[in-house]
Amino acid sequence: MADALAVPVTTGRSDRRRRLWRRFRRRPMPMAGLVLVAGFLLLALLGPLLTGDPSAQDYTATLAPPSGAHPLGTDDLGRDALARIAHGAQVSLQAGVLSTLLAMVIGIPIGLVAGFYRRWLDPVVMRLVDVTLAFPFLVFAVGLAAIIGPSLKGVVLALGFSQLPAVIRITRGEVLAIREMDYVAAAIADGATDRHILLRYVLPNCSSPLIVQATVAIPAAIIGESTLSFLGLGVQPPTPSWGVMLTTAQQYLDVAPWLAIWPGLMIALATLGFNLLGDGLRDVLDPRSGR
Amino acid sequence: MVWFILRRAGSAVIVLFLASILIFLGIRALPGDPAVVMAGEEASPAMVEAIRHEFGLDKPLPVQYVDYVGQTLSGNLGRSTQDQLPVADILAERLPVTLELSALALLVAIVVGLGAGIVAAMKRGRLPDYVATGFGLAGLSVPHFWLGLLGILLFAVTLRWLPASGYVPFTQDPGQNLQRMILPALVLGTGFAAILMRQTRSAMLGALSADYVRTARSKGLSEAKVVGAHALRNSLTTVVTVLGLQLGALISGAVVTEQIFVIPGFGKLTVDAVLTRNYPVIQAVVLITVIGYVLVNLLVDIAYAFLNPRIRLSGGGHG
Repeated sequence: MADALAVPVTTGRSDRRRRLWRRFRRRPMPMAGLVLVAGFLLLALLGPLLTGDPSAQDYTATLAPPSGAHPLGTDDLGRDALARIAHGAQVSLQAGVLSTLLAMVIGIPIGLVAGFYRRWLDPVVMRLVDVTLAFPFLVFAVGLAAIIGPSLKGVVLALGFSQLPAVIRITRGEVLAIREMDYVAAAIADGATDRHILLRYVLPNCSSPLIVQATVAIPAAIIGESTLSFLGLGVQPPTPSWGVMLTTAQQYLDVAPWLAIWPGLMIALATLGFNLLGDGLRDVLDPRSGR
Repeated sequence: MVWFILRRAGSAVIVLFLASILIFLGIRALPGDPAVVMAGEEASPAMVEAIRHEFGLDKPLPVQYVDYVGQTLSGNLGRSTQDQLPVADILAERLPVTLELSALALLVAIVVGLGAGIVAAMKRGRLPDYVATGFGLAGLSVPHFWLGLLGILLFAVTLRWLPASGYVPFTQDPGQNLQRMILPALVLGTGFAAILMRQTRSAMLGALSADYVRTARSKGLSEAKVVGAHALRNSLTTVVTVLGLQLGALISGAVVTEQIFVIPGFGKLTVDAVLTRNYPVIQAVVLITVIGYVLVNLLVDIAYAFLNPRIRLSGGGHG
């Protein structure tokens, strides 16, 4: 699985990138994914600047259907649904990116060291990974919400820790294959320090599966955040989160059904975008992953 | 094979042991006196004392841990701070509801996912394949709770075919029970159907191009027999693996689904317990979830070894 990729990155880096991009560009589905992801990023980064205050209440127009003034209608407190969607995108993006970063920052070094040095460290780490895997994500989230109280911080920690085992496993698996490569042996013969070998040769060659993993983890985190917030275990009102918006929508399903459509559609489109992008990247970067 | 099962069971026991330590320490990591925390905020000093004594919270930590394991093994999980009922009794009432929901959802997932996966693989590149693949991608991307809201909007609010929420025990009225469980089971099952569809499709595609299938065809076996007896059999390992990997998602999904449809199961108990800071219940649901998770994973590993002799003989597992 790994050896296909384990060419030293030092040779023809930009050539390889251009070739991969050309292969990627030809496919319609990954390109559609790229467009959806770009749209999501734009909405999260620019949307809040273009829309009004997501907490401004207009008591003359509560639960108003979509109109010129409020293109997506208003909620029970007369808040503009479009503004809340845009700010909610920012919360989703934060949850997705921060939790994935957290898992990578902690998981990659552990995977590198465990896979490179083996000995007693490797079995200990893998046993711990097994234990972590024995806790379903929601149990983590529930435990954290019980200890530190429901919040975005709790969501990011819970999502980050639940992704940790996958990151450690992937990194370690790659390292196990890479450390047997000739160029690593050459570097050792050359007298390179372990640190140099790990950072210069091993880490760059682990990057493809980790990038693919990120495209799996980010949408999972977006769904995870909205689910926890929907349950009341995540982001707390009045902060606009797509999950929180849907909690409100459920209460007014029969009088204001439009409130239930947009937040859910946004979650689905953002997730779909990352999934399509991830499928495409996997095909291009990791052709032997056996899909 | 016996050796394989013993080794797997051994590592399951180790995982449970470490998990029980984590849960034990978790409740003691909370700020404040654990006896007060477990008794609830409105408890009288006498009740706090009783709990401190019952769980030996004034003893050293290792002694407390041994006590905790002993109490748990004898079925004493403490009392709910909400209504003072024994947690074990609450669990006995709530668990069957969730098990019924999960079983129905799995049924939906297996019937729809496996069926669609087989059809998609056999009609590769034609309309049924595109339809199934498209729904598969959509099913992966749509969160359970939104699907639930849309389902309520369509079937309960607009069409008025099904009740929007509520629960009737199966023993009381099977018809009413099923009528109220259909929508939740469909909602919970859809995501798994999508995953199962994708995995079955790719496993079937792999199997259909394998040499043994070509041999079966050249022997003159009917297409139904080729697919049923050869290709499908070899795709079953995929189904088992997917079900094992998705168990955590099934538990989370059940929690969400019960919340939307107001079903008084294990998942609703979990959320309510966190929202009311009912720590004895939180501790118990986390423990039960981990035990169930570890047990099912063990069963999946064993089933996997039965279906795939290569694993059994080499003695390794996946990962």
